[in-house]
Amino acid sequence: MSASAVLPDGRICRYSLRERVVHWIAGISYLYLLLTGLAFWSPWLFWLATLFGGGTVSRELHPWAGLVFVIAVGFMYGLWANQMHTTQTDREFWRALPHYVRNEDEEVPPADRFNGGQKVLFWGFFWCGIFLLLSGLILWFPPLIPWSLRYFRYAAVIIHPVFALLTIGLFIVHVYMGTAMERDSFHSMVRGDVSAGWARKFHPAWYDRLMRAPH
Amino acid sequence: MSQATLEIRRISGHAGSVPGAGLRREFEVCKLIDTTTCIGCKACEVACLEWNGLTFSETTFNNSYQTMPETQWNYWNLIKFNEHERDDGTLQLLMRKDQCMHCEEPGCLAACPADGAIVQYVNGIVDFQQDHCIGCGYCMTGCPFNIPKFSPTARKVFKCTLCVDRVTQGLEPACIKSCPTGCLHFGTKPEMKELAESRAAQLREESGFATAGVYDPAGIGGTHVIYVLHDATNPEAYGGLPNDPRIPWTVKLWKTPLKWIGNLAIVAGLVGVVGHYLRFGPKLPPEEEERP
Repeated sequence: MSASAVLPDGRICRYSLRERVVHWIAGISYLYLLLTGLAFWSPWLFWLATLFGGGTVSRELHPWAGLVFVIAVGFMYGLWANQMHTTQTDREFWRALPHYVRNEDEEVPPADRFNGGQKVLFWGFFWCGIFLLLSGLILWFPPLIPWSLRYFRYAAVIIHPVFALLTIGLFIVHVYMGTAMERDSFHSMVRGDVSAGWARKFHPAWYDRLMRAPH
Repeated sequence: MSQATLEIRRISGHAGSVPGAGLRREFEVCKLIDTTTCIGCKACEVACLEWNGLTFSETTFNNSYQTMPETQWNYWNLIKFNEHERDDGTLQLLMRKDQCMHCEEPGCLAACPADGAIVQYVNGIVDFQQDHCIGCGYCMTGCPFNIPKFSPTARKVFKCTLCVDRVTQGLEPACIKSCPTGCLHFGTKPEMKELAESRAAQLREESGFATAGVYDPAGIGGTHVIYVLHDATNPEAYGGLPNDPRIPWTVKLWKTPLKWIGNLAIVAGLVGVVGHYLRFGPKLPPEEEERP
C-alpha cells in the first residue's frame, strides 16, 4: 500500500512500507549510537558499553552504525524533504504552540501531512546528522589526521558531542510524542495506518486533501 | 613507590630512635635531558627498544640524522635533529630526545573515556593500560606533545612508560642507563629541577648562552621530563617543542562545562516530558475506535 491512500476498511495509510523500513533502520541505529555514545560521554554511563560487548567493540561498531544512520537519513531526505518546507501554517503552528502543548488541538492551525514540530525534527536530525558525520569521520580515524591538521581533531571533539546532545533533545521529544502522547502514531509507524478520526483531528489539511483526491 | 610501604614505623626491642624516622620522602620522579650535552648517538633509542621489547622499525631518510619523522606506537624514544640558523647566520645542530613528557596535568588522561586506560601514579608517571584501552584515540587529541600513537594491529594506543617497571624496582629508565655523555639524569623532581637550573646558570654565565634555561612548562602543571635548552626562549627550534603547551581548549570545554550542561539538559528533558504527561496527558483521537 502506498502512503496517503484510503484503505478499503476506511482507515488511512499514513506511512508506506518503504517509509517505515527506512524509519526503523534510522531508529534502531540511532538507539545503538545513543547508548554507545553515552558510554563514551560519561564515566558514569561507561557500563552501557558492557551491554554491547565492551568498550572496544562499541568503539569499533559505533562509526559503522553511524554510517547506517546517515544513509537512512539520506533516504529520509529523498522521501520527505519536499514535504518538509516551512509554510504559513507552520509559522502559525509555532505561535499556537502553547495550545498544542495544552492539548487544545482545536486552537492549532490545520496541519498538512507533517506539522511544524515534525518538520523541525526532520531538519534537526538532517543537519545534526551532517555535522555528526563530518566530525565523526575525523574521530573514526585519528591516526590519519597528521599533527599539522590537529585543529580538525580539536574541532571534532567538541562538535560531535554538541550535535549529539541536540539530537538527544529531539529524540526525547520525538519518542515521547510518538509513544505516550499520540499513541496511534506509534501504530502508524509500525503498521502504516491511522483512523480517519485521527487524521481529521491532528492533520486536517492532509485529511481534506486526501478526501478531495480521486481514489 | 612500592618501597614507600617498607618505610619502618616501629621496631621491636630496639633501643633509641627508629632509623629513617622523620625523613621526608620525595615520591615524584623526574627525567632531566640536557640538550646541550647530547651528541645524538641514539643509544637511548636502542635501549628503549630493547628494554620494552619493541622491534626495530623502518627508518625514514629526510636529509637529516633523524631516524623517522615522529615517534611511533612501537618507537617511543626519538632524537629530533634540527639545523637551526641563528640570527648571526651561523648554524647550530640541535638534538632533542623526544618522548612522553609525563605531564602533571595530562591531556591524554583528561580526554580518555575508558575506565582505567590511563593512570597517573603518585610518582608522576603517566602510564597507559592497554587492556583497558578501547582504541578511540582521544588521548592523541588531548596530548599537546603528539606522543600517544595508535597501533593498527593491536588497535590500541601506546607510548613511553618512563620504564615504570624499572622505576618501581628502584632502577633508572633504560634510556638513562644507556646515555654515554651523561646528558640524561634521573631522580626526584626537586633534585632534577635544581640540577637543571644550575646547569642553565652555568650555560648563561660561563658558556655564553645568554638565554639558556629549563623547560618545565607551567601550562600543564609542569612535567616529569624536563629539558635544559641553550635557548629557552625558542623551544620550537628543537624539533617542534611547543612554546606554551596546554590541553586543547575544546577538550577542556567538552570535558567540564559541556558535560554539565549536557547532563542537566538531558535530565531536564526527561523530567519535562514526564511532567507534561502527568499534567496534560495524551492526545487522543476524537472517538475511541477499534483497532484493526
